[in-house]
Amino acid sequence: MLDLLIAGLATGAIYAIVAVGFTLLWQTSQTINFAQGEFVMLPAFLMLAAMHVGAPFWLAIVIGMLLSLLLLGLGFKMLLVDPMLRHGVLPLAIATMALAIGIKEAVKQFFSAEASPFPSIVPAGDISILGRQVALQSVGVLALAIAAVVGLTMLLNRTSIGHQMQATAQNPTVARIIGIPVERMILMTFLINAFLVALASLLITPIYLAKFSSGEVLGQAAFIAAIVGGFNQVRGAIAGGLLIGVVDNLAAAYVSTQYRAAVPMVLLILIILLRPQGLLGRAEERTV
Amino acid sequence: MKSGILAGILLATMTAAAALAQSGAPIKLANVAELSGGGATVGTNWKNGIDLAIEEVNAKGGVLGRKLEVTHADSQSNPGVARAQVQKALDGEPYVLLGPGYSGSVKVTAPLAAEAGIAQIMGGEAAELTQGGNKFLFRTSFGQQSSMPKVAKYINDEVKAKSVAIVWVNNDFGRGGRDVITKEFAKLGIKVAADLSTEAGQADFAADVSKIKAAAPDAVFIYLNEEESARILKELKRQGVTVPLIGETTLVGQKVVELAGDAANGARGHVGLTTDAPVDLIKAFREKFSKKYNYVPDHNGLKGYLAIYMIKATTEKMGKVDSKAFADNLHGLTIKAASEPGILMDATFDKNGDIDRQGFLVEIVDGKQIIKQVLPKLN
Repeated sequence: MLDLLIAGLATGAIYAIVAVGFTLLWQTSQTINFAQGEFVMLPAFLMLAAMHVGAPFWLAIVIGMLLSLLLLGLGFKMLLVDPMLRHGVLPLAIATMALAIGIKEAVKQFFSAEASPFPSIVPAGDISILGRQVALQSVGVLALAIAAVVGLTMLLNRTSIGHQMQATAQNPTVARIIGIPVERMILMTFLINAFLVALASLLITPIYLAKFSSGEVLGQAAFIAAIVGGFNQVRGAIAGGLLIGVVDNLAAAYVSTQYRAAVPMVLLILIILLRPQGLLGRAEERTV
Repeated sequence: MKSGILAGILLATMTAAAALAQSGAPIKLANVAELSGGGATVGTNWKNGIDLAIEEVNAKGGVLGRKLEVTHADSQSNPGVARAQVQKALDGEPYVLLGPGYSGSVKVTAPLAAEAGIAQIMGGEAAELTQGGNKFLFRTSFGQQSSMPKVAKYINDEVKAKSVAIVWVNNDFGRGGRDVITKEFAKLGIKVAADLSTEAGQADFAADVSKIKAAAPDAVFIYLNEEESARILKELKRQGVTVPLIGETTLVGQKVVELAGDAANGARGHVGLTTDAPVDLIKAFREKFSKKYNYVPDHNGLKGYLAIYMIKATTEKMGKVDSKAFADNLHGLTIKAASEPGILMDATFDKNGDIDRQGFLVEIVDGKQIIKQVLPKLN
């Protein structure tokens, strides 16, 4: 049970990181990014490519992170979101679905359709928690993910940039009037999202292996996590991610492996029916 | 009169040209395999093995003086797509159909090839495939009905396990293997401590491994495809499971070793074909393959390679290229490595299309397959 809980929390923490990026994009620029899962898959391949041309692992991580910021942050915003957003939320959402297919097929084309191994930044081995042997990898992933989430929360709540970003998210018009560089703040959220997906990629790929299709499960889980937690709250996405990770693992162990994927869906439906704003979200009214 | 002679000459020339084209035209083969999706490792190795063998055969003048030519189609590891691709391939009237590698895809495509009267040489290992009376289907490796009893016997005699957890993938291949081994365990009085079905493409095995730990078996029998095998081996190591891990070819393949790294050490399995076999011809194959493709092939590379030499040996025995008579001639045929080195080990094909050949018991030690036992050819 403890093993399951820790493994669930470790996976859930990664879902949380991805889900946070999801909600950030939604809040600042009404982007529902259906390519979020593929965004997690791609950085691992960028890092593998860097290693392939001879870079050591640490340098490959740096290169992968930078390329992610460039491609999945700046490039994504300028080449896809900006031109599409003026046509409305729905065309943009559909464009991101197309992007997901594009990224997947491109990785298949340029790398391989086969899975590749990916080194772990957390060393193998066990540590003892409450007298039980627990895999260092699970604990490491959990710790890194928590550090990322805490860092992000501090950035949003404690710094001037964070406040400006929140203001942008809450009301861009007013934010612009009081002199907040709204455009820059929006770009900032895209870059943060790019960083988060690259980090998630680094953490999850050693377990799931680098494969062009590995984003499918992740994107779906993060999407569900974001809705369950509350689409308009960062802490909601974190709670949602952790919850989905744990529920998924417990479902696989105690319900059935075949139906494990259905359990988070059931949770999703319940939340939509009973608490549409999500566990920690706030009700939002929009003029139609 | 003159025009009659001219017409005669013209006719004779055309007939000769047609005959020449007939004898010199390439022999067309069609391959449908898992080039993407969950079975990409299987299909890519299979395809590369085929290409390598065809290159060799053609370099030595082809089969009965005719070159071999193959088209590759991607089943995307999906039986539905495989069926469509096989139908398309059969419309091109190939001499022999190659693939697919996944049992589920073989199951849905075999009736199409049989109806067209075209022999299908495939990579599937599910027991049921050759038990339905299909006269056109041939294996390149052992079916589960020949490999599972050997594995069960090994678990009983050598590992001396009294209770075993079974982890299997929920598709035709996995279910077939699980059914056969469960029966064998029952015969030997081995208790099934846990019976865990997993999904193809499953990424997270934490829950499954927790269940294995809770069941505390003497050994774990793992019957998954390569990528999932690697993931579960990593998870078993992560959660500190130390009992013997035993499986079949898909647990101890090269790709699994590459993906699972250290976690693959200690895994054991029965392997019908392995590039680590202590057989000179296989060693030579491995070297040629690695040189051409820059990686060490797994058993699927061998299977694809053998398929082409099965075609060569059968066709040369017939002395003609006749797709309708091909299957009849391969039934009951023994191909000896001494006369056809490309077959690598002596192989006999029975009336069902099943193969008889020597097999191996291997263990992964320091990331390498080490042959522990050679299991002789039955007949």
